[in-house]
Amino acid sequence: MNPSPKVELAIKVSGLRKAFGRTPVLRSVDLEVPWGQVLTLLGPNGSGKTTLIKILATLTRPDAGDVIIGGMPLSKRGQSVRRIIGVVTHDPLLYDDLTGRQNLRFSARMFGVQRIDQRIAEVTERMGMTPRLDQRVGTLSHGMKKRFSIARALLHDPVILLMDEPESGLDQEALGLLDAVVTDKSNPQRTVLMTTHSLDRAVALGQRMAILVNGRVAYQESLESGGTEALKEAYMRHTRAVS
Amino acid sequence: MRGYFAAIFAVVTKDVILELRTKDILVSVMVFALLVIVIFNFALDPTPRTVALVAPGILWVAFLFGGVLGLNRSFAIEQDRGNLYGLMLAPVGRDVIFFGKLLGNFLFMVVIEAFIYPVFAVLFNLPIWIPGLLPIALLATLGIATVGTAFSAMAINTRSREVMLPVLFFPVVVPVIVAAVEASGVMIRGDESAELTRWIPFLAVFDAIFLVVCPAAFSLVIEE
Repeated sequence: MNPSPKVELAIKVSGLRKAFGRTPVLRSVDLEVPWGQVLTLLGPNGSGKTTLIKILATLTRPDAGDVIIGGMPLSKRGQSVRRIIGVVTHDPLLYDDLTGRQNLRFSARMFGVQRIDQRIAEVTERMGMTPRLDQRVGTLSHGMKKRFSIARALLHDPVILLMDEPESGLDQEALGLLDAVVTDKSNPQRTVLMTTHSLDRAVALGQRMAILVNGRVAYQESLESGGTEALKEAYMRHTRAVS
Repeated sequence: MRGYFAAIFAVVTKDVILELRTKDILVSVMVFALLVIVIFNFALDPTPRTVALVAPGILWVAFLFGGVLGLNRSFAIEQDRGNLYGLMLAPVGRDVIFFGKLLGNFLFMVVIEAFIYPVFAVLFNLPIWIPGLLPIALLATLGIATVGTAFSAMAINTRSREVMLPVLFFPVVVPVIVAAVEASGVMIRGDESAELTRWIPFLAVFDAIFLVVCPAAFSLVIEE
């Protein structure tokens, strides 16, 4: 499903604020991701990356600010937004007592996916999980669960991927498969917002990089505009200030 | 609209498959409800006179207390591995999740009641099949499952959810239990009277109100 090409930005976040109780987590976040680009979001622990992803994924309500995804305001059209996004979170979001196939079939039904079995075969093949499809998820390692989790996010062929540290727990082979998903250009509109703690991966995979520090975007730049060393230096400078 | 019901059905099917695999809810609730009935059977002398008076109350206490165990478990399986987020990521309204979980809970409770009632009937020397009890049981169970589903979603994010659910849930569900006990008593005594015309519509109205209120409350509860 591809949204209207009239909209220039896949994701537009402005003045986003969120606090848990009296603790502010996001203190006015502004972020823009054009269609077809990969934005890697870095930041120290507790900087608000996961909260930002949860808000974009409609899992958490913001206190203030606007979020527009695929030209649709999140506050009014959350259900339509969920149709075009695929989300990978810290938790694999799978039922331990179901097999991989049963988990994926359930997700596919919830997303109204057509030709479910064929689609499951495609995404599990892509993540190298075909041999484990009929194994109970509870018996799989964290990395294997993560692979199924990525497969689940791809099931409905979303045009926007929101990934929260998707590389955690993955082995080298799975990292290669993940990179292929992130950099896949078969759909030129495919947009990815990915948080990571790996500066090297952020630079290697992203076209844009943003650094979130203390709930604010301290740095946002196209990776084509500056050298890798300059970006690394910017990262060190911004994160050193808080540590 | 087809997608709406397909998603509800998907949630119910998933819950049924999970339950058939783990048997967490059915076994524990059934054993608990049976114990309640057996204990009351020993504690009270089940003469025809006392049975007519106390049996409906014992039956619904067993169903209600057992139901709370099942309701607690219903959202625990979603919360423990963060699977509630998985449900919330689906492009469906939050009410779809609510109705899916509600139908699953209703189904489990009805199955448990269908197993428990014959044992209860034997222990308290009542007919195994009283047709009039069926609509009462279905309406009351629907009310309990509706309110219980909403409150178990609320309780799930609290630190002591096992304690919190009954504390929140029992006061709200008291009218259903009163109506179910009164209506069941009429049926068990076999004196179908004008009382029934009061309690059955009461249960239907309670269900109708909470089937509207609870999905709306659920949407507000599950998002942080």
